[in-house]
Amino acid sequence: METLNQTTVAENGIVFPSKVMLDLAKLKKVYPTPKGDYVVLEDLDLQIMKEEFVTIIGHSGCGKTTMLSMIAGLNPISGGNISVLGNPVKGPGPDRGVIFQSPSLMPWMTALENVMLGVNQVFPHVSKKERKDIAKYYLDKVGLAGAFNKKAAELSQGMQQRVGIARAFAIKPQVLLLDEPFGMLDSLTRGELQDILIEIWNKEKITAVMITHDVDEAIFLADRVVMMTSGPRAKIGDILDIEFQRPRTRKSVLEHDDYYEYRKHLIDFLEH
Amino acid sequence: MGQEIILKQGQNSSFLKPLLLKLTSRFQKKSVLSSLKKTGITVLSILLFLGLWHLGSKALYNKEASFKIEKALTERGQAAADAERDCIASGESSCQPNTLPSPAQVWSSLQSLIADHKVITADKAAFSAKMADVNAKLIAKGKDAIVYTGRASFIDIVLTSIKTVFAGFLLALLIAVPIGIIIGLSPSLRSAFNWFIQVFKPVSPVVWYLLVFMIVKTLYIGDSTDNAFVISFISVGLCAMWATLVNTAMGVSSVDKDYINVAKVLKLGTFQKVFKVILPSSLPLIFTGLRITLSVAWMVLIAIELLAQSQGLGLFVWEEFQNGANDSNAKIIVAMFVIGIIGFLLDRLMLTVQNGVSFNKNEAV
Repeated sequence: METLNQTTVAENGIVFPSKVMLDLAKLKKVYPTPKGDYVVLEDLDLQIMKEEFVTIIGHSGCGKTTMLSMIAGLNPISGGNISVLGNPVKGPGPDRGVIFQSPSLMPWMTALENVMLGVNQVFPHVSKKERKDIAKYYLDKVGLAGAFNKKAAELSQGMQQRVGIARAFAIKPQVLLLDEPFGMLDSLTRGELQDILIEIWNKEKITAVMITHDVDEAIFLADRVVMMTSGPRAKIGDILDIEFQRPRTRKSVLEHDDYYEYRKHLIDFLEH
Repeated sequence: MGQEIILKQGQNSSFLKPLLLKLTSRFQKKSVLSSLKKTGITVLSILLFLGLWHLGSKALYNKEASFKIEKALTERGQAAADAERDCIASGESSCQPNTLPSPAQVWSSLQSLIADHKVITADKAAFSAKMADVNAKLIAKGKDAIVYTGRASFIDIVLTSIKTVFAGFLLALLIAVPIGIIIGLSPSLRSAFNWFIQVFKPVSPVVWYLLVFMIVKTLYIGDSTDNAFVISFISVGLCAMWATLVNTAMGVSSVDKDYINVAKVLKLGTFQKVFKVILPSSLPLIFTGLRITLSVAWMVLIAIELLAQSQGLGLFVWEEFQNGANDSNAKIIVAMFVIGIIGFLLDRLMLTVQNGVSFNKNEAV
């Protein structure tokens, strides 16, 4: 693609290879405890390319969520560097959209108002009608065309997470961060939402980093599956390239000859 | 099964169908039955209460009556005792035992209070009709009109009390909610205010009244207008505002971390963050606080009106007690019921409002 050959000039004037969207270098996270420092992450290096979908798996408590919230800017960095298009991350911002594990909608607002909250913030100079159209477009995309004016509290968990997806895409972030967004859903709903997510993603091609516990989900969605070692001092253990064609269907993925090879690779990693 | 049959019968009158469906749906049937049962139990318990009350007051009446007869016998002999017995039996008000009134006495007292209200209202109307010309002239001359200064009726007294409690409630709301929001937002202000809240929260209504009295008295110095109302509503407000203050601060400071994270990711400004995220999410707790405040306000009102000599229920109860007339006790019990029922209604009112603002319907109980 053309964009891959362009270059981006970072704040400090260094010409950055444009293929890299998100760069984690020597990332470190330390939590001070009464018994001394607890090192969650150390020497974590990871580069994520533009338009890439990366899933991250690892054991519970290994620091996946810590890493993601550091990328989001919600958790301070103890050492090393995170940069988006060469610009170091200094705090949270709408250039990095987050889909949280719990839908985190404002329950007193309608589905539309929840999406509008972000859209108003990111596109303040666009007319009110256009902003509403953006919000409605994404709600429509996640299959909530009939529920614009329903209060978030009245929606089911799965519906709420759909609004969460719409809210994240509607602010047109450069990076989308997903922290186990489907972990709290039943497997049927989870499958539906994976399909919705990948459908929108195929259109928008927003660089995505998603944490998951589900090996099948990791393979189905990702271009690369990043495996993290168990903490403390967690780092990247292994990276698996998933070379399925896009757009994918669940059926084609399951029937592919390499599928069980990939699956075995991931499960072997997690079990050792 | 039964549902189907009724539906079939209803088919020829199609406009009745939705109604029948509604009436016969199992859920409706069940809820009608259970609400009937509930009402039945409530009525039964009220009857039981009235019965016990009647028996209790009768026992007390008899005890006092026999003591009176006994006393007449030992002090003044048989003839006096017989006279006393006859006097009590005849219902003559001068020799009636003055004890816990029976439900019937309280009921007739209520009626006499209402009749009294009608008399006074008629009086007032007659007075203002009589004074209309005089007052018109006075006003034309730029002087104050002559107002009715007769005794207040029971209904007027109740209205004064309600007015006082709402004024106090409004004062509490205007003080406690803004301060609660500010100290809820800032942990350092919260610790700065903490001692203040902890020290003044447990102070008794009587002391608040005295404090307000000291200040208002000086502010009104040289002014002959009646400041009892002002003193009582300020005292009520100050007494009752603490629950709202604490709840608001707590609600604002304990907003769900997820919402705060969303606000951070979207980079909402402070104003947006406060008014779109923090306040709506703490509204249920703020209203819980306001509900407690209103019920506390109503409870302390009686004591404060008594002290402030404000023409409300508190003073009414106290004056009736001091009065010691034959039906004074019954009037006190009437006031007691009125106080209780109004308190209950105020609480229901707040509960409705609270449920209206609560986004999670299970939260408010």
